[in-house]
Amino acid sequence: MSDVFLPSAELAYSSPDAKGFFGPYGGTFVPETVVPALAELAEAFEAALDDPSFAEEYTTLLADYVGRPTPLYRADRLAAEVGLGAVYLKREDLTHTGAHKINNTVGQALLARRMGKLRVIAETGAGQHGVATATAAALLGLECVVFMGTEDIRRQSLNVYKMRLLGAEVVPVADGTGTLADAVTAALRHWVERVEDTFYVLGSAVGPHPYPAMVREFQKVIGEETLVQLQGREAPLPDAVVACIGGGSNAIGMFYPFLRDLPAGRRPLLVGAEAAGLGVETDKHGAALTKGSPGVLHGFYSYLLQDDAGNPLEAYSISAGLDYPGVGPEHSYLKDEGLVRYEAVTDAEALDAFALLTRTEGIIPAIESSHALAMLPRLAAELGPEATVVVNVSGRGDKDMDIVREAGLGGE
Amino acid sequence: MGSEPDTPSTRDLGFVGGLGGGFPAERAALVVYLMAGYPDRETSLAALHAVADAGADVIELGVPFGDPVADGPVIAEAAKVAREGGFGLAETIGLAAEFIASRAAGRHPAPPVALMTYLNPLMRFGLPRAAAALAEAGVAGVIVPDMPPDSAAPWLAATAAAGAPETVFLVAPTSTPERLATVAASASGFVYAVSTTGITGERAELAAGLEAFVARVREATTLPVAVGFGISEPAQAAEVARMADGVVVGSAVVRRQGDPRAVGEFVAALAEAVRSARG
Repeated sequence: MSDVFLPSAELAYSSPDAKGFFGPYGGTFVPETVVPALAELAEAFEAALDDPSFAEEYTTLLADYVGRPTPLYRADRLAAEVGLGAVYLKREDLTHTGAHKINNTVGQALLARRMGKLRVIAETGAGQHGVATATAAALLGLECVVFMGTEDIRRQSLNVYKMRLLGAEVVPVADGTGTLADAVTAALRHWVERVEDTFYVLGSAVGPHPYPAMVREFQKVIGEETLVQLQGREAPLPDAVVACIGGGSNAIGMFYPFLRDLPAGRRPLLVGAEAAGLGVETDKHGAALTKGSPGVLHGFYSYLLQDDAGNPLEAYSISAGLDYPGVGPEHSYLKDEGLVRYEAVTDAEALDAFALLTRTEGIIPAIESSHALAMLPRLAAELGPEATVVVNVSGRGDKDMDIVREAGLGGE
Repeated sequence: MGSEPDTPSTRDLGFVGGLGGGFPAERAALVVYLMAGYPDRETSLAALHAVADAGADVIELGVPFGDPVADGPVIAEAAKVAREGGFGLAETIGLAAEFIASRAAGRHPAPPVALMTYLNPLMRFGLPRAAAALAEAGVAGVIVPDMPPDSAAPWLAATAAAGAPETVFLVAPTSTPERLATVAASASGFVYAVSTTGITGERAELAAGLEAFVARVREATTLPVAVGFGISEPAQAAEVARMADGVVVGSAVVRRQGDPRAVGEFVAALAEAVRSARG
């Protein structure tokens, strides 16, 4: 697709290796009970990739059901406001269900059906992945159970209602802080018990092999479309590309085609925006790459917020999609290799960016995506007023109305 | 066994042969799990002694961890309490060292002790440093539920360099013959057969097909095979003792851990059941 840039593209960037390692990161650190299931999954995934009928069914659903390609929109009023030459927004918020998560859940649900596993489970933080999984399950006639922390259920009650409408069972998880990390643990535990008839639809580019590679495969359409859509614009390659990072699936979906298809010298600056919460100098943030250190959580080795004894720390962000103490292993690798730059954005900066995009362009972004948008003023200062920046708007903000209202935006 | 009481050396604590020394030839071994630091350091130390006195053949000492993904509610809650008391890997090694040394100085040496820990505390501590500290403390083995043998090379290199401890790997009913072979090739001490898919915790009934599963594991390895997960009372322990080389009881012990005397009585009943199982 984007091989217009570099015909022998696969040489530019190739990870992970056969055991799922991106450099030292990733791998398979799970109870033995699920090792055979992961091996079976990796095999089925490879076979599906080699089967043209799978690709055809997937791409047809992406077009006719998800609504792809999503637009690449030139946001001129926003660009003028932040002092950049051009800002392009990749509109994942316009997909069916309103976030990039659906790209992945349709792919994994198709794979589940192909493997004969008619029961799927998922974890969810903000509820977007839960809704996207429940949606794909409804589409394909699969039984669906979603694990969600009690605090997230409180913050995102509308999404809980949607999942139930779609026929999914939502299991509240009261352990720990009742947020995403606890939901992942609960889903993993459940999978260990029901591994033989159950497919775990993991929502981000995290977890044991083959999940990080598989989620990337189902999200890479974001970056591939972007590269094609940039053709015929005034600058075929932007100066920078920005995405927010929780586990990192929308970011890897956007970055991967740029890493794979472009030689280093022609690659734009790739920037990942983590959650700084109340500030990375406090203990209330979710900035695993900025403030964490390598460790194992949820089956993979990656940067992690942890204490001196190796216990995972609680992450915090105003955004339920970004308050995860770990991060996808490929991002840890990209950080160490200097291929992507990671910065942290506070709640307050994200809220400002949320308000700015809403008022200048009439687009209400997810509070997660607002972390990426908040990088624009920084990039304007760094790259100058002529620069072109692409931002992945990973989701829409309808789910966040209560949060931004509580934070005082749009007061009467 | 033969060391001078006042200066117990870790090389002379009575289980130089490793975890295998806890498995008698003529009957199944009773493997008892305790959570280090639960409900506090002193009580867990008393529980260790009570369990050793009551006839445990091997002791598994759990390291409190913040994301116990393989554990059920009883052990997860105990880990939480212990962590709130400041317990982690370093404190657990210290507790084990004190227990082993004080038994060696007394009339009844400690049964072999294996630490059950998730991988990240070992990594955070540093793998070579952890292996050396465990060897120094006289800990005979480790069990790391989220470290399958394919992912264990760095840890096995560290223990090889330190000369100890042994590393126990787990097998599950879902393990294929290839997986059993992989585990058998890497394991030392014993092989831990998880009786059922799922997490630790007491269950009313043993899993169907357990005997056939244990037989499958036995064919794959020459090491003792211990069965755990879900064994909650003496009659079940006796049933497992008739088919396996070892019986692991965890949650049902930890549930009583706050009262060392109750632990002792319960473990004595388990030991009696295991000892008479093949009678």
